[in-house]
Amino acid sequence: MDPFLTSRIVSDILTGLTNGVIFGMVALSLVLIWRSTGILNFAQGAMPMFATYVGFALLSYHWGYWPCVVACVIAGLLLGGLTERLLVRGLYGKPEINPIVVMVGFLIVLEAVAASIWSSTPRSLPSPFSSFDWHLGGKPLSLSPFTVYEIATALIVMAAVAALFRFTKLGLQLRASALAPEVSRLLGVRVGRLLTLGWMLATVVGVITTILVSGGFFSGLTPQVMDGIFAYGFIAAAIGGLESPVGAIVAGVVLGIVNQFVDDFVNQNAVIIIALVILIVSLMIRPSGVFAKSVQRRV
Amino acid sequence: MITIEDLTVSYGAVQALRNVSFVAETGRITAVLGANGAGKTTLLRTISGLKEPKNGSIRMGELSLVNKRTENIARLGIGHVPEGRGVIGEFTVEENLRLGAMMAKVNLRQGLDEQYAQFPVLGERRKQHAAKLSGGERQMLAMARALIAKPSVLLLDEPSLGLAPLVTAQLMHTIRSLCETSDLTVILVEQNASSALRIAHHAVVLHVGKSVANDTAENVAADENLRQYYLGLVE
Repeated sequence: MDPFLTSRIVSDILTGLTNGVIFGMVALSLVLIWRSTGILNFAQGAMPMFATYVGFALLSYHWGYWPCVVACVIAGLLLGGLTERLLVRGLYGKPEINPIVVMVGFLIVLEAVAASIWSSTPRSLPSPFSSFDWHLGGKPLSLSPFTVYEIATALIVMAAVAALFRFTKLGLQLRASALAPEVSRLLGVRVGRLLTLGWMLATVVGVITTILVSGGFFSGLTPQVMDGIFAYGFIAAAIGGLESPVGAIVAGVVLGIVNQFVDDFVNQNAVIIIALVILIVSLMIRPSGVFAKSVQRRV
Repeated sequence: MITIEDLTVSYGAVQALRNVSFVAETGRITAVLGANGAGKTTLLRTISGLKEPKNGSIRMGELSLVNKRTENIARLGIGHVPEGRGVIGEFTVEENLRLGAMMAKVNLRQGLDEQYAQFPVLGERRKQHAAKLSGGERQMLAMARALIAKPSVLLLDEPSLGLAPLVTAQLMHTIRSLCETSDLTVILVEQNASSALRIAHHAVVLHVGKSVANDTAENVAADENLRQYYLGLVE
């Protein structure tokens, strides 16, 4: 094969993978909330954005990158928990349109408040690693220390979430609360607290995603930074199946790579169209999502 | 011991239970019998805090259970096996049992061994998803999940529902022997009156929310009037 084409394909795969893990993380955070509360959180991009602004506001007080990251995570935990307790709790069991309207409203409010406090100008965040690509044989490799950091962090977060659900007592309770809340309560599980915890966890996954997205040299933090990424994360979650964390991640990665190939070999404007076509076709074939289990919930 | 006094529970304008009173003694099986819609399930759901009573009291020893959260009532040592068994189909047998053991301060390994000894089929299927178990096996799993937490009170809602007569007989035998070997207080809600009366010490008969009998199981079983009009036990 033409070496130029080979390097182009490798480059597309690497770039697509980097974008894909980000879509996968957004999809994962959507699935975490959907599975536990049956709510599609349309503010799942805006909430982490707001927490990231709060955490990185400490840069003005000469805090370094890592302490700011910790502050972002804490802000995300608080925002996720407070949102569930104050805004969402009253929406459980209500018609499906209610939480959608409330969360879209919350998204608009958060973006407006962020813009009024921090302005809409992209705010560059310090980066712990270089965003300049490595070169191989004099050609750029579409892989930089920062993209490796992005992929590695995403993989660690996904593995940590999977391990939490699979191997810990807390994970068992979270899963039980989502699948059978009444039975869980009869067994002494404090379901209300676990719902709050689910929202906190999902927001933290979103915060880490936002930090990665805004941290590169060529990007920056804006109130709308997660809007486009949320759309692709949402598509990935719908393709993978809103019930399936693994499906969300895999669909996110595949979508990222497909998008990159479309961008490179077709054109940039076709990316969203192709993504939506994939969504429609996959929903026509598997309405519950490609990775959704065919067995119904049985309690 | 569970003491219920003047318990009234409503669903809107409909009264599901009206001034029901009885005592479920420690180490004894109290059967709650009656036709569909008599209020039996509502009674258990109210004891567990899933339904709020309109009037009356429910006490465990001297402790009032009214207005307590379901999860806190469970943590006091009240195990509730709901109608339809309530096993989590997506979980394996062992995950269901681990969930049951979680809130009680019991040794998990020892608890699992005890339940597998009591219900050997669960040990054989420990890695299988609960959705793949038969009706009888699911009932055993639901019971084992409640028992692993070592409850002092066990509420069983229609355990024989959908089970073959032989499986029901085995299940009733298990409930009786559990009661005899420990100080377990059992409130057994059943439509299958004859099976329940065979193992119960005491029986309460409900009819459209009212208690029409509250006596020893022996006396209830011998009362022709109750048998014929309320329990559907015609010779």
